[in-house]
Amino acid sequence: MALDRLFRRRRTRGGGRDVPELWLKCPACEAQIYKKDLEANLMVCPECGHHFRMGVVERVRLLADEGSFEATTGHVQPEDPLRFRDTEPYTERLARYQQKTGRPDAIYGGTCTVGRVPALLLAMDYAFAGGSMGSVVGEEIARGAERAAGEGRALVIVAASGGARMQEAALSLMQMAKTTMALDRLWERRLPYVSILTDPTTGGVTASFATLADVILAEPGALIGFAGPRVIKQTIRQDLPEGFQRSEFLLQHGLLDRVVPRSELKATLARILRLLHPEGAQADGA
Amino acid sequence: MALEFEQPILELESRIRELREYAQEKGVDLSDEIALLEQKLERLQKETFANLSRWQRVQLARAPGRPTTLDIVQHVFEDFVELHGDRAFADDPAIVGGLARFHGRSVVVVGHQKGKTTKENIHRNFGMPHPEGYRKAMRMMDLADRFGFPFVSLVDTPGAYPGVSAEERGQAWVIAQSIQRMGRLRVPAVAVILGEGGSGGALAIAVGNRVLIMENAWYSVISPESCAAILWRDAAQAEQAADALKLTAHDLRELGVVDRVIPEPGGGAHRHPERAMQALAEALAEELAELERLTPEELLEDRYRRFRQMGAVREA
Repeated sequence: MALDRLFRRRRTRGGGRDVPELWLKCPACEAQIYKKDLEANLMVCPECGHHFRMGVVERVRLLADEGSFEATTGHVQPEDPLRFRDTEPYTERLARYQQKTGRPDAIYGGTCTVGRVPALLLAMDYAFAGGSMGSVVGEEIARGAERAAGEGRALVIVAASGGARMQEAALSLMQMAKTTMALDRLWERRLPYVSILTDPTTGGVTASFATLADVILAEPGALIGFAGPRVIKQTIRQDLPEGFQRSEFLLQHGLLDRVVPRSELKATLARILRLLHPEGAQADGA
Repeated sequence: MALEFEQPILELESRIRELREYAQEKGVDLSDEIALLEQKLERLQKETFANLSRWQRVQLARAPGRPTTLDIVQHVFEDFVELHGDRAFADDPAIVGGLARFHGRSVVVVGHQKGKTTKENIHRNFGMPHPEGYRKAMRMMDLADRFGFPFVSLVDTPGAYPGVSAEERGQAWVIAQSIQRMGRLRVPAVAVILGEGGSGGALAIAVGNRVLIMENAWYSVISPESCAAILWRDAAQAEQAADALKLTAHDLRELGVVDRVIPEPGGGAHRHPERAMQALAEALAEELAELERLTPEELLEDRYRRFRQMGAVREA
């Protein structure tokens, strides 16, 4: 949501013409950054290292070996099983997000190699309904795990999600069990699963597949937790400690394996996959 | 403390009671009047309970006096021995569990525990577990697997506790682990939603081969109040949110999320807990008997299939 706001076309003061924002302000250090510089720097502030949210296509480009990626998602469409309506019908919300992202739901990914290790890479799309997990996201993850197991691939999931999707209610909740259980297909074949937690990862996603990986990595400064900070603040009626629920805090509490800056993410992921995957040694030598 | 829609029923009941006392005291025969009122009461109760809104059911699900896990282990099971602690940090009073006998066989029972009084509720944290509660539940799952005993879980929580210490100790991590652990059970697993099935904190111990639900319980991804606060930006819209979420036993049966609805006696389980527990015992006995015919591998496959087909998607 923050990114939308940043890249929204704004009216310039003098003219009446819409121009895209060329400069933006880093929310962490308040430096003025030229947008092209930010993009060239993997959406990381060149001044202070603040990690902006990254789009799913860019994420796949960052992690998959060049030319190796083939999308497997996109064939499963969401339904409206509850005929859910809050201030707006769910079907209309879906249509809006589909138009905005060009994808049927909040997940994108496919087969590829990462450091020459065969992998199935999935990235959750925060720009689509806050990356929330409904039936489609659950189904793509379950299929991804099953396919990875069937084809001898490592599974890599980049999480970015506010949690389970309210508009599919109990069916969203069931995706937590479905995705979790599908991971066992990898266990049976001794295939690795690496989870990369990015800003933000909360709720039913953190409380299911995202934290059940063999290795859990996180980007710096990402908000990661079960309940959102607002809910916790309401419950305990106290201010939250500095850095609470951020990657570095979780690393300190023993809940993550490593906090990895985006510039090192690909190399770190490749090293881990080569060490874990049965064909990793060969990929090393290749 | 009666619910608003229960008032007319309770008033009629107290009138009948007064008439009875009066008749006895004065030695007059009021049996015709009483019989008439009793018929009226029955009609009123039937009407009220046949037309309950979803929001009213949510209120019933929370009514004090409904059977809790500790009531059920006393009345439905025999020889319950409570086991404590997560062997790591603490004993969470919001989740209880232990060994018991059911129809002659040993079983492991685990459930959320709410209090009946404010004091007890504070002790039980209103049935909202910390990570150590789920670790205790996982220990019990291990125990069931090790001895080949059926695993019965009783769900009644507004949700896992959202607090600083819970986050520091990995609330999300243990819920995920508990879901995974229960999914891997090689013994029959039956979950019963008793009252509130609040999100991941409920699901963590509800990955059963069969998931049963009491008629007036609710089970969803979020409570109607929190849903309303987020989507309508107004917690007072909880009634609307309850409708939108389709969170009642019958809704969930239709969605395929639960396998069986356990009927509650007229007036609700909180007014006739013994009869409600009797119905629960019968349903549980039937489901366990069926599951016990399956091998460990078949039980695993059955549970995988049950959850794998959950959801509504369309192939493009």
